Amino acid sequence: MALSTNADFKTRLQSWLPKLVLSPSLALVLVFVYGFILFSVYLSFTDSRLLPSFGWVGWENYSKLWRLSHWEISLKNMGVFAALYIGICTMLGLGLAIFLDQKIRGEGMIRTIYLYPMALSFIVTGTAWKWFLDPGIGLENVIQSWGWTSFEFDWIKNRDYAIYTVVLAAVWQTSGFVMAMFLAGLRGIDNEILKAAQMDGASNWNLYRRIIIPQLRPAFLSAFVILSHLAIKTFDLVIALTGGGPGRATELPATFMYSYTFSRNQMGIGAASATIMLMTIAAIMIPYLYAELREKK
Amino acid sequence: MSIATQDTAIRTGRVMRTLIYLVLLLFVLFYMLPLYVMVVNSVKPLEEITGGGMMNLPQVFTLEPWAKAWSSAQIGVEPTGLSPYFWNSIKMVVPAVAISTVLGALNGYVLTKWRFKYDTIVFGLILFACFIPFQIVLIPMAKMLGLMGLAGTTWGLVLVHVVYGVGFTTLYFRNYYAVFPTELIRAAQIDGAGFFQIFWRILLPSSGPIAVVSIIWQFTNIWNDFLFGASFAGADSQPMTVALNNLVQASHGVKEYNVHFAGAILAALPTLLVYIVAGRYFVRGLMAGSVKG
Repeated sequence: MALSTNADFKTRLQSWLPKLVLSPSLALVLVFVYGFILFSVYLSFTDSRLLPSFGWVGWENYSKLWRLSHWEISLKNMGVFAALYIGICTMLGLGLAIFLDQKIRGEGMIRTIYLYPMALSFIVTGTAWKWFLDPGIGLENVIQSWGWTSFEFDWIKNRDYAIYTVVLAAVWQTSGFVMAMFLAGLRGIDNEILKAAQMDGASNWNLYRRIIIPQLRPAFLSAFVILSHLAIKTFDLVIALTGGGPGRATELPATFMYSYTFSRNQMGIGAASATIMLMTIAAIMIPYLYAELREKK
Repeated sequence: MSIATQDTAIRTGRVMRTLIYLVLLLFVLFYMLPLYVMVVNSVKPLEEITGGGMMNLPQVFTLEPWAKAWSSAQIGVEPTGLSPYFWNSIKMVVPAVAISTVLGALNGYVLTKWRFKYDTIVFGLILFACFIPFQIVLIPMAKMLGLMGLAGTTWGLVLVHVVYGVGFTTLYFRNYYAVFPTELIRAAQIDGAGFFQIFWRILLPSSGPIAVVSIIWQFTNIWNDFLFGASFAGADSQPMTVALNNLVQASHGVKEYNVHFAGAILAALPTLLVYIVAGRYFVRGLMAGSVKG
């Protein structure tokens, strides 16, 4: 009798084991991700300042947030940054991938060089570009010392142009990765269709425009999703490159959230801005993940 | 790299090919430029940089900036150099990578070979965790780490990195195990092998490549993290990225650009080394994280 209950226990344990093994991760994620999201969203409706507090204030933080010029500047900067960053990375990535796909000698070497910035920290990238673009010691100074004494390049110190230096450094870091994504897409295209179109006398330009690029739709979609979520999360690069300045010229929502929460003691407003960031990313990621997970199985 | 090697059927003329090589070369220069600037300026005296010679090779070669960045530069209030922070990063990265990879392997195994109702939803919930803007968890995480007595400690950072990294490691192993023949598993079950026996004897021996991908991805991400380090680290657990930023942004005294560049290379070296040695796997991780499977 004892033997059979023991065996019974063992089989039951076996059938529960998989879920048991998965549960720590699931519990961690439920608490530290979804629980925390709820907590932050809740805080965005409270009068939290230096520390979390639970006095309900309704939508007050949100209405304050939308009246802050600091937030408005962050959003405008985000718009400029995201549009240029996503646009340039995609064009450059596609262009370089197409060029690299022409049976290039030393392709492996070139690919390695295009991609290495992805392995670096944004703090390292920011430091390198910060001093390279610095008018005092960097590019401007170098070109002047070469004899072109009237040369000026002070974008990083210029309120109107500083945001473009953030775009430059961010494109430098990730465009190689986008190139790799498009290259993988190009390598997956069936050569038979291309050969048939070539027999019909289609030019290379038309082959790319009519046949190849339309087939890269999944790569375009992935690139867009990855780049837009990276854009919204951009934080370290700005901290290292410009510190959000000059003035507020390169503030982004991520840096706004950080300074309102941790240095200005406006936690309620910080939480409200984080909630808006989350909603934006969720609007892009959830449909994407849903589609990806559904069509797989 | 993991990019299949089927060549394109497109043919190009001689002029076009020259143009293509020129453009590709131009971008080689573009991507190498910051690395060149960092390396040459980290081995020259400060006067050579401030005198307008940033792009020149050093006239006087010196390793002084490296020594200073490593062991005596002012970081915050202490003249310790970056070395203690380098070890802080190591102490944080090693356990975080190990734990998240083991969890990812087990999760991937369960989610593909022991499927249950709503398992895709569970996976989706775990996966979405990688993509949230971490600003949304900063406040409650700070509070939670305080409650757990982990505020400002390396173990607190390990916990944070495990939680927000397990989605990616699970994704890697799930996609990898998904194509592993389930019949082998069923056969082993009939022979009486248990849950862990199957994992240990059948799946694990062939998991080498994906484990490498997962380890490299986690190592790179955690080493390069700045936000969590800046938010949750204490004085004696600050990682390398935070220390480098403190070094470069210090507003007092003369700006020692050569030391900054040496420090930046020191912070970049571990991940760069991994990329050079195992670039193939690095790219695979990148791709799997975007165009899944």
